[in-house]
This record gives sequence, C-alpha cells and structure tokens, in this order.
Amino acid sequence: MNALTFNLKQTLQHSVNCSDLMPSHLANKSTAEIACIQINYGNSLVRVDEIFAITGSDAQHIHFKNTSGKLDYLGANMTSGSITVEGDAGAYLGFGLKNGEIHCQGNAEAFAACSMRGGLLKIDGNTGDFLGAGSDGSRKGMLGGTVIVKGNAGDRVGDQMRRGLILIEGNAGDYCGSRMIAGTIGVLGDLGAYTAFNMHRGTLLLQKQPKLHATIQDCGSHTLPFLNLLFKSFTNYNTPFSKLSTQRVRRFVGDAACSGNGEVLILSV
Amino acid sequence: MLLNGIQIDDTFAEAFNMRGTRVIITAQNLKWAYHAANAMTGFATSVIGCGVEAGIERELSVDETPDGRPGVSILMFAMGSKVLMQQLENRMGQCILTCPTAAAFAGIESEDKINLGKHLRYFGDGFQTSKLIDGKRYWRIPVMDGEFLTQETTGMVRAIGGGNFLILATSQPAALAAAETAIEAMKLVPNVIMPFPGGVVRSGSKVGSKYKTMFASTNDAFCPTLKGATNSELSPEIESVMEIVIDGLTFDDIASSMRVGIQAICNLGANSGVKRISAGNYGGKLGPHLFKLHDIMSGNNA
Repeated sequence: MNALTFNLKQTLQHSVNCSDLMPSHLANKSTAEIACIQINYGNSLVRVDEIFAITGSDAQHIHFKNTSGKLDYLGANMTSGSITVEGDAGAYLGFGLKNGEIHCQGNAEAFAACSMRGGLLKIDGNTGDFLGAGSDGSRKGMLGGTVIVKGNAGDRVGDQMRRGLILIEGNAGDYCGSRMIAGTIGVLGDLGAYTAFNMHRGTLLLQKQPKLHATIQDCGSHTLPFLNLLFKSFTNYNTPFSKLSTQRVRRFVGDAACSGNGEVLILSV
Repeated sequence: MLLNGIQIDDTFAEAFNMRGTRVIITAQNLKWAYHAANAMTGFATSVIGCGVEAGIERELSVDETPDGRPGVSILMFAMGSKVLMQQLENRMGQCILTCPTAAAFAGIESEDKINLGKHLRYFGDGFQTSKLIDGKRYWRIPVMDGEFLTQETTGMVRAIGGGNFLILATSQPAALAAAETAIEAMKLVPNVIMPFPGGVVRSGSKVGSKYKTMFASTNDAFCPTLKGATNSELSPEIESVMEIVIDGLTFDDIASSMRVGIQAICNLGANSGVKRISAGNYGGKLGPHLFKLHDIMSGNNA
C-alpha cells in the first residue's frame, strides 16, 4: 500500500486545523470518506479535498506534500503510525503526541511538541517559540517523548516541561528551560538571555555556556557517571548528540529565585 | 555409578522454591566494584540466619554494564519476596551507597519489581535527582565523593535454592582441594551462586535437633568423627566431607552447575582421595525439586 498523501492544492490565506488527519482517525476510511471530512480553515469549515489532493491508502503512514506554515496541529494527539511533512508545518506540530513518529522536513511554527506525551518528533529546520511547552492554561508542558530539532528553536523552549527529552542541534532563544519541572533539554548552539529562568528541576545540557542570571549558581566542575547512560540513549537517534562522550561538566544549579533544584550542565570540550 | 573411580551415590539433592534477583554493581574499577559487591553479599550464606543467600555471579566487562564502567553481577535469594525486598534495600543502603564510586543497576527483567534506589533516594534530602532514560528510572543522589547513581528498581523472579552435593574423601585436605576444584569450574556457569564461604560448607545440617529450640542441627550421619557413635552414612576410609550448596534462577541452571562441579571432581580421579559423591536431602518430602545425581551425570536431567 502507498502512504496516504495529502498534497496542498492552494496557497493558504488562513490556518488549517489538521488535527483530524492522523492515522487513528483515518484508518479503514476510503479516499472518498476522507475527502468529505470537514476541517477548520480560518473561521469556516471546508472539506479536506478543497484543501488537499488525496492519494494513497496506507493511513498508518501519512505524508503531507507542498506544505505551508499555515497547517496547524499536524499529528495532534497521534497514538500510532507516522506522519512525514515534506515542507514547513504550522503551529502546534505534534500537539499532545502520544506515540508514533512525526518528521517535519522543513520549519515548524510555535508550540511544536506542546503537551506531547510520548513518541518521536523530528524537525529538520527551525521551530518557533514554546517548543515542548504547555498549551493555553496548562500548568505542565511536555510530559514525555523525544524531540529533535536540527535547526534553531525560539524562546521559552521547554516552558513548564514535566518529562521527556528535547535535543536542539542549533541555537535556542531566550528563557530556555523556563519554569521547567523535570526532563532534559540539550542544546549544541548558543542560547539567549535568562536561560533556566524560574527552573524548578530537570537538566539543561549545553555545549556553550550562556550568560546566566544571578540566581543560577555555580557548583563547580564534576565527572557525572549518569551522563554515560544519557549519551548511550542518544545513539538511538541520528544526531550529533550521539557523538558526545565527555562526562566532565560544569554544573550550575537554580533557579534560586524559586528555590529550584534544576541543573545547567556545560559540557567540557 | 562409578565415574573415573569415584562412586556417585544413587541419591538426590532436595531444593526449595525461592525468590531471586540480580543486581549489577559498577565502580571506577573492578577493585571497588568487588569491595561493594563483597560487602553486599557478606553475611549471606544461608537464609536460616542471614535472611538471604547471595553471591557474586561473575565479572562484567565495560561493554556489558549500563554505565560503561567495570562491574560485577550479584545474585540474591530469599524464601519470600518481602524479606528479599527488605534485605536488598538494607544492603543497598549500607554497602553500595557507602562504597566509593559504586553504582547499582537492574540485572534482570521481570514483571515483578523490587526496590533498588526507590527509597534510598531520600538520603538525598531533597537534592536527589531523577532521570528517566530509555524508559528506565534512575536516581542521582549527591554524596561526598560526587554522585551515587542507582536504578529505581530491579526484577524479581521465581528461583530455586538448596541444590547441593557432598564430597566424601579420605582426608580433610583432599576433600577441600576437590571442593575448590569444583567451585572453580562452577563459577563459569551462569545464573548460579554458591553462597557459602569460598563456595563450600563444612557444617551440613539435618532438620531438627534433640534441643527444642533448634530447628536444624549437625548432619551426624555425615560427620566422620561419629562413624561409630551414630547411624553413619560413612564407610571406614572416609575422614572428611565437604558440601557445595547451589542457588540458581532455574532448575536447569542448578543441574548444569552440579554436573560441571561433580565432573571436575571426577576428573581428578580416585587417587585424589575423593571416594564418593553424595547429596543432602530430607527424604524428598520437603522440597519440590529433586536433583538426582545419576540423572544429572548421565545427562537425563538437564
């Protein structure tokens, strides 16, 4: 069976909510049935075939082609299968993702991996603010799973993140790890201001030391054996993080402003 | 049955159901891994007085351990899950947490879980850190040498304890030398431990005693100095008896270990002073597992 493919037919003026176009919703549906599903386009409801040309039938492997940054909620609440986005994705890519794999070959807008609970999200390009954060009104961000960003991420990466792993091969913006509750964020590039702002727990694993604010406190250089376990787990993924080997880090703890016990580990070169 | 001039008695070892677990101990080097493992498996010869029976199963190379450091695997057995949990947590806290550079990891997978660092983490007084890596939860507890790393739980499986055989020889040195030879060979068998000092026990016991407070007492039938004074199992030329007790994860593991050990002794020949190999049992009424020596040595049992 060929992968079920949605080919964007037009230049979008408004955002499209694609949350219904995921494997468990489309399983055992014919192309005609999928075509007449109603989805939100701006403030109106439209048929799927008004937006996309539909080909293929394997709903466990869905491809989006010719995409744009206005396709929101791609792979939202997905529980199995895979979604490949051959281009850019909109906001809330992998929102509430529970299992399965999403691969975005372009850039993704803000709130990618928001409230994610499991599975794997790969973004080959850049992504916007609030990667792995919580959705509106939620007191917790990402709750599990793995996110790999080949490019840069915006501000507030992992805001209120509760569990899981985010690996950013490029740069991250301001407030990386803000209000973080637990989990691990790795960044190989530069970071903006106020890294670990109001961080409670969790780990920021950084290759370059950012300018840290006064309530993030230096605990000195150490050799931490657990890093070997962490690095071994990175070998499951095709990422430069899998080549890390040093267990020697400089450890900062904070944010003392909220009696936080989070850690910022700066890898020794 | 006669093997290389040594008689194998037509008898059986009687073994019991136990609960078992495996823990991997790693450290900066093997020396400190052994310090930790030796402490953890110390005073763990018999469930009668120690709560658990434990021993070092084997050394692990850096490729075999979760954190890429040298280590050893230890097996621990108890009569029930409750006492195994209690003993494991006590020994983790007193022997592994305290040992410089040591770390502890699960060595066996099973549905039943038993705590390694789950409660020990509170030693961190709020500074402890949890890490969930590849679906397994670890605890990092700050200690004076750096960080103590332990997995939260390990597996607990149904196991068997009390496999054994007796070495009957014409002198004490001959019996001990044969026992040492057997132990060296049996150490290479996976999934088993010989929990007594050096793997050998000289005070085999029988059930009951003339004293009301004792529920086990010396196995007088195999005591050479009582040959004329009790209903002895020993012929006149036997001057010393050594026993090797084996705990293992499965029946086949223990049977395999017994075969390797007895074969190693028989390879020494009758000139070594060893005359007979026998086994300890309670008439087959107490333990559900019977290791028949003839079947084991003829390959019918495992």
